[in-house]
Amino acid sequence: MRKLISAAALAAASLAIGGGAQAADKVKACWVYTGPVGDFGYSYQHDQGRLAAAKALGDKVDATTFLENVADSDSERAIEQLARTGCNIVFTTSFGFMDPTLKVAKKFPKVFFEHATGYKRAPNVSTYSAKFYEGRYVMGQIAGKMTKSNTIGYIVSFPIPEVISGINAFERGMQTTNPAAKIKIVWVNTWFDPGKEADAAKALLAQGADILTQHTDSAAPLQEAEKAGKFGFGQSSDMTKFAPKAQLTANTDSWGGYYTARIQAVIDGKWKSEDTWDGIGKGMVVLPPFANMPDDVKAMATKTTADIASGALHPFACPVLDQDGKDRCKPGAKTLEDGDILGMNWYVKGIDDKVPQ
Amino acid sequence: MNFDPQQIQDILVIVITAATPLLIAAIGEVVAERAGVLNLGLEGMMIVGAATGFAGAYLANSTLVGVLCGILAGCAMAAIFAFLTLGLATNQVAAGLAMTIFGRGVANLIGAGFVGLKRQAAPHLYIPGLSDLPLIGKLIFGQDYFVYFAVLLTAAASYWLTRTRSGLTLRAVGENHTSGHSLGVPVRAIRLMAVLFGGGCAGLAGSYLSLAYTPFWSPDMTAGRGWIALALVVFASWRPWRALGGALLFGGVAVLALAFQGLGVPIPAQLLNSLPYLTTIAVLVFLSVRDRRGAIAPASLGVAFIPDR
Amino acid sequence: MRIDLEARAQRSTLREILAPVGAMIVAIIIGGIVVSLMGISPIAAGNVYFIEPLSQSYSLQAIAVKATPLVLIAVGLTFCYRANLWNIGAEGQFIAGGALGGWLGLLTNGGAMQDTLGGWWILPAMLIMGALGGVLYGLIPALLRIKLNVSEILTSLMLVYVAQLGLDWLVRGPWKDPAGHNLPVSVNFDPEATLPILFDGGSLHLGVLLAPIVVIIAAIVFSKTLFGFQVRLVGSSPRAARFGGFNDSTIAIAAFAISGGLAGLAGVIEVSGKIGQLIPSISPGYGFSAIIVAFLGRLHPVGALIAGLVLALTFVGGEDAQIALHLPGDMTLAFQGVLLICVLAADVLARYRLKFSMGAAA
Repeated sequence: MRKLISAAALAAASLAIGGGAQAADKVKACWVYTGPVGDFGYSYQHDQGRLAAAKALGDKVDATTFLENVADSDSERAIEQLARTGCNIVFTTSFGFMDPTLKVAKKFPKVFFEHATGYKRAPNVSTYSAKFYEGRYVMGQIAGKMTKSNTIGYIVSFPIPEVISGINAFERGMQTTNPAAKIKIVWVNTWFDPGKEADAAKALLAQGADILTQHTDSAAPLQEAEKAGKFGFGQSSDMTKFAPKAQLTANTDSWGGYYTARIQAVIDGKWKSEDTWDGIGKGMVVLPPFANMPDDVKAMATKTTADIASGALHPFACPVLDQDGKDRCKPGAKTLEDGDILGMNWYVKGIDDKVPQ
Repeated sequence: MNFDPQQIQDILVIVITAATPLLIAAIGEVVAERAGVLNLGLEGMMIVGAATGFAGAYLANSTLVGVLCGILAGCAMAAIFAFLTLGLATNQVAAGLAMTIFGRGVANLIGAGFVGLKRQAAPHLYIPGLSDLPLIGKLIFGQDYFVYFAVLLTAAASYWLTRTRSGLTLRAVGENHTSGHSLGVPVRAIRLMAVLFGGGCAGLAGSYLSLAYTPFWSPDMTAGRGWIALALVVFASWRPWRALGGALLFGGVAVLALAFQGLGVPIPAQLLNSLPYLTTIAVLVFLSVRDRRGAIAPASLGVAFIPDR
Repeated sequence: MRIDLEARAQRSTLREILAPVGAMIVAIIIGGIVVSLMGISPIAAGNVYFIEPLSQSYSLQAIAVKATPLVLIAVGLTFCYRANLWNIGAEGQFIAGGALGGWLGLLTNGGAMQDTLGGWWILPAMLIMGALGGVLYGLIPALLRIKLNVSEILTSLMLVYVAQLGLDWLVRGPWKDPAGHNLPVSVNFDPEATLPILFDGGSLHLGVLLAPIVVIIAAIVFSKTLFGFQVRLVGSSPRAARFGGFNDSTIAIAAFAISGGLAGLAGVIEVSGKIGQLIPSISPGYGFSAIIVAFLGRLHPVGALIAGLVLALTFVGGEDAQIALHLPGDMTLAFQGVLLICVLAADVLARYRLKFSMGAAA
């Protein structure tokens, strides 16, 4: 029945377009989100990427389909559902969807799958992620300059490598502008719980932090910072409108360009399984305009951003010393290996905490 | 770590704000359960209150309007619950759960149009001089109005349940609705009022979350607080002032878990986060052991009442 | 104005069976009204939600797979609820079973044991361990209730959170896959520790077959054995049960053991059949959805089977609706809530008549 309907729709569409000329089938792109689009954080940004791709590609793509709030254990069914209903390319946007994506990909060799923040690939499965840590380095530099109490509050979710590399990059950036500053880390064990994040923010502010940064998704910590007259960094999305006086910048994910490119590759018949790990240079990590800071700090941050984008500066340029003072770089290397960053489970020198078990 | 008194005050302020929504919801549920009705729909009523409260406040650009909307929404949910459990005498457990599931869905639907919007946080009290006192100034004289209302609510509920005739009647209904009925007491009308009050409190607690605690709406933002409030009621042996102490304890444990990390205490976060629940069970056991008769809950709690003609 | 319930003169079995159907129809009508207010054709919505999933093999399989844990848990809950024991903690028992059973999968991972003992025993052992985990976890609220008269509603509920946090800690800590880039998942189970798929390319796994078997056994126990009779009597007439010499405590222990055991079994089936490893969150709320199923099935094992399939249909249909009609996922939740409300109401109305009268409320 469904096939009948979509065939009829296609026929109608092609008649409308070319007066009988053979119109290309519209590529149907679909997304799976782990959280609600309304989280205004991680899933929201992916959805913004979807909207951007829809806008950029116009009639060539149907990018209206997505599933939100998909639990990891339910995801296989959800992804399969999308594959069955005619999606040509499916973006599965959470780490927990990794094995389910592969399982479904095996069953649907003609459908392309893109898995975010994972590491397993297949002929029809690509992986993609953003070098979130690049933005963190810049933020660390800014924090070092802006802090007066030399205490930075860092609110984090779970000790996975992406989060830890973010902390390390932040610390290294901070050390270049203020070696005396220290970060205080609080794990809230959730990606998204505004109440808890607000509590963590308040606790850190009470302990003397005057700049807050976070690797959790709500705008609550930033709001607490603004209430207290302090500053902070947004996460995943530009949170300026939640805290116009407090946000210095944010570590935003910008997936629109990537999504557009990948869908275009499907349209052109050129899609290949790849691993993409881009950062500021390719526009996957975007730092919204620097605000609420003096001009010299702004200038410094802008330069650092440009340097990272061009490759002149790498947040993990050797030597990279861990807490025991050991250099984690391979001998003769210029920067830490990508693999070591992707699997990072140790802190750099300068952080006093221990990585949680 | 330096025991800076200012820090301690700040932490206590956090604990109080964390405790407030729990307390408000719990007081409402205490009254409902004292009348003999177990409302497991608390979580659903809270989150509907949060969504409606934010929506109302945003559209009318007034926190007060938002609060009233939240309360009304909670009452509306409670009315449905009351129709089921009092009018139709359905199973209270199932009806409550239905309200929770329904509430979660409806709240997210209502809130969907308000995602990404923010409001000014609810106003705080400020008395020049008093609020600026070191240490206790902000703690006692600088909270937002919900906090003071919660304390008043506790006091009023406690007084009403123990010192007024209508309060004692309500408690009698909760203990033995059959006797109450044969004495001519309008059992179901009293329970209706109690349930509506409970729903209104839940709605108010929910709107506190979206108007004062983190002044924006996000899906599922109650994060299980309704269930904790239910536990709190039992923890407090159905007494309002004990609920206040318990709310501070529960709120405090959650905040403590966060604060401990800053101190480098090597207890797994999950263990710390499970403390409120383990504590509740421990307290339940303790209370039962201490009072071997076992009858600490209102005797007719959860039992459906069908008046004979 | 007062509402009174007047018992209907004759109890009609037909009416009682049709009541949930009537409730379903009312709920669908309400859903249709809401959907049309949102600008979507209710016919299209109804088609996508209910008809379409039934028309294709893969979605029928998805319904069966989704229904399996719901039915298993709900059958167990039936025993508890009929005996007036309000086990709200099935979610926690599910997790405990999944964890304990899954642990065996982790222990035997890598084939060392298989070389010496062969691999055939692993799956049955896992299923038994899973059920055992659920039983042990379910006995905690049971014992507290029997020995100390502590409300099982609260204890079982609190234990849900404890179980969730416990599994979270295990998967992020001691049970984490050492080769997994420090990410919070366990190793993938070996094939010997995974429930086999029944048909190539499908999603039906062996665990799906267990559900109807359990239902049949439970139905027989429920209606034809002394124990089943005791359970039903204890719930509807506690005094008569005591006069009959039936022991409250034994029945309570047995009911919670059955309920916990089935929930635990559902947990290990989900872990070894669908997920294939241990992750921090192995249940999207099955333990709570199963409560709806139990009531929808009017607290009878066979009813639980039908109701489980119906609810699974709404889950699968809800996803279809998100894809095809861009209906928000929260609609499914709201609809399930409305459905339960209607079922509860219909259940009462099947046995009682409503009388409205002007006069003092009672």
